[in-house]
Amino acid sequence: MSILEVTDLKKHFPIKTGVLKRTTGHVYAVDGVSFSIEEGETLGLVGESGCGKSTAARVILRLLPATDGSVIFDGIDVNAASRTTLQRLRRDMQIVFQDPYASLNPRMKVSDIVGEPLRIHQIGTAAERKKQVMSLLETVGLTAEHAERYPHEFSGGQRQRIGVARALALNPRLIICDEPVSALDVSIQAQMINLLEDLQDQLKLTYLFIAHDLSVVKHISDRVAVMYLGKVVEVADSATLYVRPQHPYTEALLSAVPIPDPETERSRRRIILEGDVPSPANPPSGCVFHPRCPRMQPDPCTIEMPPLESTGGDAGSHHIVACYFPSRYAAGDAGRPGGDGPRPGQDTAPA
Amino acid sequence: MPDRLLEVSDLSTHFFTHAGVVKAVNGVSFTLDRGKTLGIVGESGSGKTVAALSIMRLVPDPPGKVVAGSVYLKDRDLLALDDDDMREVRGNDIAMIFQDPMTSLNPVFKVGTQIAETIVQHQGKSKDEAWDMAVELLDKVGIPDAKQRVTQYPFEFSGGMRQRAMIAMAISCNPDILIADEPTTALDVTIQAQIIDVVTEMQAQYDSGVIVITHDLGVVAQMADDVMVMYGGRTVEYGPVDEVFYNPHQPYTWGLLGSLPRLDESEKQRLTPIKGQPPNLLLLPNGCPFSGRCPYEMPVCSKEFPELEIVGPGHGVHCWIPIDKRYEIRESLPRFIGGHAS
Repeated sequence: MSILEVTDLKKHFPIKTGVLKRTTGHVYAVDGVSFSIEEGETLGLVGESGCGKSTAARVILRLLPATDGSVIFDGIDVNAASRTTLQRLRRDMQIVFQDPYASLNPRMKVSDIVGEPLRIHQIGTAAERKKQVMSLLETVGLTAEHAERYPHEFSGGQRQRIGVARALALNPRLIICDEPVSALDVSIQAQMINLLEDLQDQLKLTYLFIAHDLSVVKHISDRVAVMYLGKVVEVADSATLYVRPQHPYTEALLSAVPIPDPETERSRRRIILEGDVPSPANPPSGCVFHPRCPRMQPDPCTIEMPPLESTGGDAGSHHIVACYFPSRYAAGDAGRPGGDGPRPGQDTAPA
Repeated sequence: MPDRLLEVSDLSTHFFTHAGVVKAVNGVSFTLDRGKTLGIVGESGSGKTVAALSIMRLVPDPPGKVVAGSVYLKDRDLLALDDDDMREVRGNDIAMIFQDPMTSLNPVFKVGTQIAETIVQHQGKSKDEAWDMAVELLDKVGIPDAKQRVTQYPFEFSGGMRQRAMIAMAISCNPDILIADEPTTALDVTIQAQIIDVVTEMQAQYDSGVIVITHDLGVVAQMADDVMVMYGGRTVEYGPVDEVFYNPHQPYTWGLLGSLPRLDESEKQRLTPIKGQPPNLLLLPNGCPFSGRCPYEMPVCSKEFPELEIVGPGHGVHCWIPIDKRYEIRESLPRFIGGHAS
């Protein structure tokens, strides 16, 4: 049963110019995003900067109003929810932000930051809340003595733990993690990833995990959705996505990620995309990826955006892609086409 | 016989601040040969950028000062040069590209003007000649419509194009050494692939030596011939990439490799992070900077920094753990990724 169902979600920001602030155009930040998340699952959302990942997260939580489309959380339409319904919904849907330096109020003590959601939702007495805050700090690997300190006394990794404790305070069912590890050093990043995995096991959480680092997303997610210029172009199981990507953008993205293994790196072939990501204020006609796509055909690619649908095959309905010319794989073939990179599980090093 | 371009020995750069002395770089040695790439990896605050700035003599003084060591560019000691000679070396012999191409380009001058300035300064060309060269260079680093683009300002360039412009400027005087300080950290991965491609191509064309500073072990695996792992201002392990990735000897290197999620992992394995927090550079222990976080710490570790121990061809390590014991520990690591190449 899906806990979150996002259908054709759109968020367009008006561009206003002149003294009269007339709307002269729109930034199509999120332009038709659809996916669903099952209870207890982690869905990864990847894409390059400016593709609309974070905007999508904010619209799902109704921190920003949607332009069009629907977000259904546990059967309730988030966009149509009344104030009271929304406040109840917010207990179930929380967010951890990317920048641990900007997302914690520097004038508040840690105990107040973590306890604020409890206070706003009027849960328990002051003493009970205090006890709850201590137990939350412990859950994320901090101690009671940290409670009376201010955010500037903490390192980036510890701050991010405080952010997680705050998100956990209301006992949510869904946590949107918006680039929670991008600002952290590798060794601290690994601590954070393990913490998120442990919390998911203990508390039966559902994650929408947003990041631009494909290695991290693949590691933590059950399924991955790839975004490009405001649209989801491919969704698949994370293992399948790496071995059998179907969208040319996904293939290029995967091939561009350096793997910390010199032998593997020497044998890999990289797909280098030409040019930059177009402006979301002026997206290309037809398929948004067509100006950079190596497989582009003027008809139909420049005319209409292909629908996001299953291409059949043994991956079944789990693997959906928005492309007129997706990569095909033979039924027994477990690898990527053209020998692009090693296949997982195969040892590429000489004996 | 390798053509040695750079020999850095026992380099120490300290910052004298109100709070105390920060030993940002503490006795670091390495070499760079023509046509080769050295990767310097480490987390934030490990001293990798300060090491590069010390070579360029760009450490702000005060508070920073190179307190010990030597930097030989072929047969010249850069630390002994006067300011005018050093200015000649920068650009002509060693050029540097920085992490953030927006702050390293001047926003009020045209891109072409900025590239041409370098050429006029270092090669004594006329302004017109320099301008034509700027167009040529932008074209070479893969900027389309170079003729139009040189007349534009940095804000009209995307992040990837700005970094290309920086590379064009860096190679304009045909330097022997190119230092790239986190050249792709601010960029998206598809743009990163383009930039790495340009750097590698330029290196092949000019046969220069490249030092790439990064926190990304993947970038090192892709670009470098040799790698130096830094922690808390010290080199903890140094050697050819294959040696360091497949036969790592330092617990910090193990920790780094074990912390990384890998795209090519077929089965999900739990990460093995390094415990604790990054060190406070004001309060580094006298001994190994990794003591305090190292799971195999012995009493001697925090007292004295271990001597360099050679463990393979060109492969050195600083660690107090006896070598047999190191192999034993490494065998038992749950998520040890190296070791499949001999």
